Parts: sequence; C-alpha cells; structure tokens
Amino acid sequence: MSDNASGLDPRSILKEFKKNEISHLVWLPDSETNFMYQVMTSDKDLTVVPVCREAETIAIAAGLQLGGKRTVVLVQNTGIFESGDSIRGIALDLKLPLLLLIGYRGWVRHGITKDSAGFYTEHFLHSWGIDYYLIESDSDAHLISHALSSAEANSKPVAVLLGREYS
Amino acid sequence: MINPLEALKIIESHRGTSVVVPTMQSNRRWSLVSSRPELDLPLTGCMGKASSMALGIALAQPKTKVIVIDGDGSLLMNLGTFVTIGEQAPANLVHISFDNGVYATTGGQPVPGSHRVDFAAYAKSSGYRSSHQFEHLEDFISSVEDLFSSEGPVFINLKIQEDLDDLSADERMAMPSLVKNYPAMKDLFAS
Repeated sequence: MSDNASGLDPRSILKEFKKNEISHLVWLPDSETNFMYQVMTSDKDLTVVPVCREAETIAIAAGLQLGGKRTVVLVQNTGIFESGDSIRGIALDLKLPLLLLIGYRGWVRHGITKDSAGFYTEHFLHSWGIDYYLIESDSDAHLISHALSSAEANSKPVAVLLGREYS
Repeated sequence: MINPLEALKIIESHRGTSVVVPTMQSNRRWSLVSSRPELDLPLTGCMGKASSMALGIALAQPKTKVIVIDGDGSLLMNLGTFVTIGEQAPANLVHISFDNGVYATTGGQPVPGSHRVDFAAYAKSSGYRSSHQFEHLEDFISSVEDLFSSEGPVFINLKIQEDLDDLSADERMAMPSLVKNYPAMKDLFAS
C-alpha cells in the first residue's frame, strides 16, 4: 500500500480517518504532505477546507468541532510555528480534542538536520505541552487513532508528525 | 460615523436565534446588549480569528445563521479570511466589520492604511455574495433586515466612531470569553 518515496501511502491515513469518522480536513498544502492531496480531495466522505494561512486552520477547526463535525488540521511544521497564538488562545484554552497532522519539514532519522524548521519542531510542541507521535510508514498509521483517542481522553490537542526523510 | 453601541443594539434586535461571534472591543459592549448570551461566542485576541471560527460554525451548522462582529484591525491581521470564506461561500454567514480606524483596545493607535483600505471591495472580490458599507446608522437600519435574511456570505462594513476602551488589565481579563460559553454551546448543537 505504501508509495515509493516514503513507505507511507495516503490511503493508510485516509483509512484511519474513516475509522474515526473524520468528516473535515482543514488544510494548507505543503511539500511534505503534497503526496496526500489527490487522495484526500477526491474522497466523497471527506470535506477538505483549504485556507490561505495556517493559523486559520485552528479557528475553523474549533468552529467545526463546536458544530459537531469531527475535524483534523493538516499543516507543515512552519505553519504550526505561525499558528502559535491560535493554538494558545483557541486549541489549548478551549481544551479542544484536536488532531494536528504536521508535515515534518527538515526531519531526518539519521544525521543532523540542515533545516531549522526540523530542529525547532519538537521543541515547539514541548513548550506548548502538546504530546506528539511520529508516522513514517503505513505500519505507523494506527497512531492516528491512538492520537485521536488521547486528544479526546485528555481534552487537548495532540500532534502527529508526518516524517518523510528530508534531503 | 456610527455610534458602536447603537450599531450593536440594531444587530441584537435583528439577530433572532443567530449565533454571534463578537471580538475585541465589541466583546464587552455586546455583553451589555445581548439577549441570548447562551448563543454568543466572544473571542478575544488570537490575531483576528473570529471570522475563521464563525466560518467553521457556519459550515458545520448550515441551518444556523452565524453573525461575526469583526474589527478593522482584526481583519488586517487575518486578511486571508476573506478569500477562505469566499471560497467556501456559506449561505448562513453574516460578516460585520466595525471599522473605526484605530486599535481601540490598545490605546487608539491608528490602524495602518485605515483611510485607504476598502474592506467591502476586498470581500466582494473574494467571492462574498454581497458586500456593503454604511456610514450612517439610519442607512444601516433601513437595510439590516434584508441583509440578515439574504443569502450569504454577506459582508457589512460599518464606519464606526472612534471610542476607546479605558479598561484595566484586570477588567480586560474579566471580559466575556468564549472559554466560558464553549462547553455549553457544544451541548446546544448536540441536542
């Protein structure tokens, strides 16, 4: 099921969405998660809400959740940096059980990242007190369900980092 | 120029069962005039995201009218919201801007470009079904019923009198907050 580049097929992620009855994906596309675009936008059960800037995703997702829609946010790690005050004032203050899927730009399993976006990502999540999981291949996709359960059990946002070897 | 409290009273008298999302300076005043506080979601700060939250509610609950009371400074912090809302085009969203040309909650410093920026033109070119501007309360009063009942997204820019807050930090923290209303509103839509 995996694609050639990373061992992570977008259908594995979509399968997790369906298992958890996710109806909306609020998304600003990025290079790390571009491989998912066609699959997500063509699925009839998933409504993709595109935005102009990443911090919008948090507020839109809050409104969708308030209205009863099971919603996931998908942005690059750089967009999470940009979204800091919305994460604070909306996701954390409202105790939103929100899954943040994050394209992990700059991530490397071996060696040292050359990209500061990769270097600061986990520091950033630690500073907000946001738990996170790393997905690299289809065999990790089940962590999406685990992260959603954790978010709901603890009434707080949880992140899943989509790690594709950066070169 | 329109008195902000009078404008809020007009909005209140026509809101019906709409969810209202006020932000920044309008938060405190809206709490004085609102007859349905259980349907209010006052959002403070968050860099102009009131319209984004209102969009999410409108998309999730298409049979519920959602009114967001935005500000010019907040709009400038989140300008992409016009295009995002225009793209989704929720028929049940009314987006109102209180355009007073200043950052009223931080001391009245001028908002950049306040005398040049045409927010109504932004909204129109972003795909809102209709876009309007009013400088006189009487004109707003004569149009508000039609605007609130027409298909959205509707954008209404109100040219508002400059009227600064003079709140202490403690008073500001005590302002209405959606943190208090959010759990109850989740139950409202669940029923």
